[in-house]
Amino acid sequence: MNDAFEPKIVAFFCNWCTYLAADLAGTSRLKYAPNVRAVRVMCSGRVDPQFVLEAFAQGADGVLIGGCHPGDCHYQEGNYKALRRYELLRRLLNQLGIENDRFRLEWISAAEGERVKAVVNDMVEKVRALGPLVPHKREEVA
Amino acid sequence: MKPKIAFYWCASCGGCEEAVVDLDETLLSVADAAEIVFWPVALDFKVKDIQALPDGSILASFINGAIRNSEQREMVERLRAKSRVVVAFGICAQSGGIPGLANLSDTKSIFAEVYRDGVVPQMTHCENGHTLTLPEFFDAVETLDRVIDVDYYVPGCPPTPNIIRDAVNALLGADMPPKGAVLAPDKALCDECPRKDTRPEKLLVKEFKRVHQFIPDQQTCLLAQGAVCLGAATRAGCDARCIRGNMPCTGCFGPTSRVRDFGAKALSAIASVADCNEESSVVQVMNALPDPVGTFYRYSLPSALLSRRRKE
Repeated sequence: MNDAFEPKIVAFFCNWCTYLAADLAGTSRLKYAPNVRAVRVMCSGRVDPQFVLEAFAQGADGVLIGGCHPGDCHYQEGNYKALRRYELLRRLLNQLGIENDRFRLEWISAAEGERVKAVVNDMVEKVRALGPLVPHKREEVA
Repeated sequence: MKPKIAFYWCASCGGCEEAVVDLDETLLSVADAAEIVFWPVALDFKVKDIQALPDGSILASFINGAIRNSEQREMVERLRAKSRVVVAFGICAQSGGIPGLANLSDTKSIFAEVYRDGVVPQMTHCENGHTLTLPEFFDAVETLDRVIDVDYYVPGCPPTPNIIRDAVNALLGADMPPKGAVLAPDKALCDECPRKDTRPEKLLVKEFKRVHQFIPDQQTCLLAQGAVCLGAATRAGCDARCIRGNMPCTGCFGPTSRVRDFGAKALSAIASVADCNEESSVVQVMNALPDPVGTFYRYSLPSALLSRRRKE
């Protein structure tokens, strides 16, 4: 789109894996795109689809969910629930005109600071290429 | 003097009007207790009859249907001014209903589909010095409360007789419900489901099946059998009529008060019970749900957080 466009990505990171990985990326002084607003949740399974829709409705250009690898969930199966919801929600968002690259689910363990960097940078570039998400702005009808 | 009431319809199918007629003798007692001043589907009143009334002189207007064009907007604005209470009657008025699914398209694509290469109606037309006008067709469907202030909601497609009776009694009673109330029980349909006891403690579904693909057992929890039953996300009050007819709940009573976005919650409820963990099997299981918006937002797209398809 234009050079001035900086994508806004809302990232929901689970407390036990991905948030620690982001922390590790920080203490390791890894540099990654500053476009991500990280929200710590206790588990990727805590990410209510309403949170994702709300983020898009409020102006996010992309939403990233980070959770523990399959089998590693602190709560046994929260990440599996996240995966099932993600797959269905991704399809629903497609119907509403929101592309796959704007909504991403990644498994990132506490040791994978490098992976946070790689995923975030990759997503920011893909969303940058797509351009700003301008959801239907509801003009006041009344 | 009897209190005045009015009925009006906007973008709707007429089922809500039918639901009022279905009150049978109860309707006669309503007619005894109140004076019906406007009801286009059944009685011959004109717009000028409403215009002649002083502001606030109607006790309650029951408005069904979503808002789709400028004529509907004008009428509901008029009724709002004349009424002390406005009731969004039925799920179309409350959250958009079936007509709200048109928000997956816009005016341009709808007109292209409907009129093809034929004659497209214009909003004004002059013939022998007379100007004829048509209402403006809006680009998106809106809920009633996006257009005017709404006092109460009566959900359902259509509202069931018991819900209508309870709503009318609540309005005629000494204590009016708080403004903004949905006049139906604030709990999930599963709570009043006759098959409640057959719902397993840990519900897991191997595959989802659509209603034309199988005949469910008549006693067992429909969701446990793989039917996409939205009872867990839907407000109670309908007496589980569809379930009693061996059909899964499609969510026409909308959400309970704790939920902001019905479709998101319904999707969440269905996805959570899918018995699959591998990525490939998740994809396969979800393939059985080819139309998520039509399934989860069947009655509520215009009220959703993302209320329409993004414009290209």
